[in-house]
Amino acid sequence: MIIKILGSGCKKCIALGENAKTAAAAVGKEAEIVKVTDIAQIAAYGVMSTPGLVVDEKVLSTGKVLTAEEIGKLL
Amino acid sequence: MSVFGWINDQFLRMTWLNDLVGQGVAGIGLDPASRLGGSVQFFVYDVIKIFLLLSVLIFAISYVQSHFPPERTRAMLGGRSGLGANVLAALLGTLTPFCSCSSIPLFIGFTAAGLPLAITFSFLISSPLVDLASVILLASIFNWPTALAYVAVGLAVAVLGGTVIGKLGMKNQVADFVRTVPVSGNVETMTRRQRVAYARDQVAEIIHRVWPYVLIGIGIGAAIHNWIPQDTITALLGQDKWWAVPLATVVGIPMYADIFGTLPIAEALVGKGVGLGTVLAFMMAVTALSLPSMIMLKRVVRMPLLLTFIGVVSTGILTIGFAFNEITHWFI
Repeated sequence: MIIKILGSGCKKCIALGENAKTAAAAVGKEAEIVKVTDIAQIAAYGVMSTPGLVVDEKVLSTGKVLTAEEIGKLL
Repeated sequence: MSVFGWINDQFLRMTWLNDLVGQGVAGIGLDPASRLGGSVQFFVYDVIKIFLLLSVLIFAISYVQSHFPPERTRAMLGGRSGLGANVLAALLGTLTPFCSCSSIPLFIGFTAAGLPLAITFSFLISSPLVDLASVILLASIFNWPTALAYVAVGLAVAVLGGTVIGKLGMKNQVADFVRTVPVSGNVETMTRRQRVAYARDQVAEIIHRVWPYVLIGIGIGAAIHNWIPQDTITALLGQDKWWAVPLATVVGIPMYADIFGTLPIAEALVGKGVGLGTVLAFMMAVTALSLPSMIMLKRVVRMPLLLTFIGVVSTGILTIGFAFNEITHWFI
């Protein structure tokens, strides 16, 4: 699965990326983390507040840093 | 002295802190009345005061903000038009995150959902210009009438600017990709715990982002306060000089700083006899028309609309500057 982190490279985005990686490993899935930093591309997901979490092109959360457990539930 | 006045002096202006720092400066053998001693006192007092107030204020305001995610704001503004909608947009703009970097995703999201340009621009102008933290800091550095006057004129620029841009019919001046952006309707909900965590994170993030600007601002303020002769300042920016307001605006535009960084400069300039209007024009130019946000905006709108935006906001700032210089004596 492909996990995309939407955000202009802020600290929160990095934290969210780390949590997503942990969560994916915990549920035993092969995950590729992609950082999306371009505002046009971020906007293309209809996301207005970053960081955003997109898994397989589906927006799962916006504007907050989810913990690894929270992401695990969503996966 | 009234109870309100006492609270204001102790908690917002922190007069005790200024006295304490003065004693400390004297304690290490510097005379607070001397140039160097005075600069050190100004610098230390302002650094402690501004960072203390910022932390408390950002926490409180972020907590309130967590109730107004952009999706909810957009839903509140959807389907409205007219002056009332512009006023609402300007007011909601004061509740949004401080950074102008978050304005662009908002612009895209609002426009994609079909909100009129008039409303989107009212929101976009008010967002960096007026926020609750800057209002309380203004009250701390100057006084409440000045702070409230700043809010009033800031909102006026946002409402009028948005209205004018709406009237010009520039809908076709928005980058094409903006219209094809999907609009998701789901609003994230948070528990109280998440809101507290969010507010705490905001404090850390914003302080981390603004501290260099605040320190530079206070440094410049301290220099103006004690090293640049009053004659030089008034010759350049005095109230009797017609060019003071345009000069302050033009100097402010390319600068990028949060409003928190400009406040100590404003404080020092007013102390040297510069008109309140000139100082407000400078602060507004720095926050509402910074170069980095122009560059970002250029990616989502075409040149004529960008230039219109700059023109409308500059006109508003100049008008406010001139008007406030005429009535400075009402406030200070």
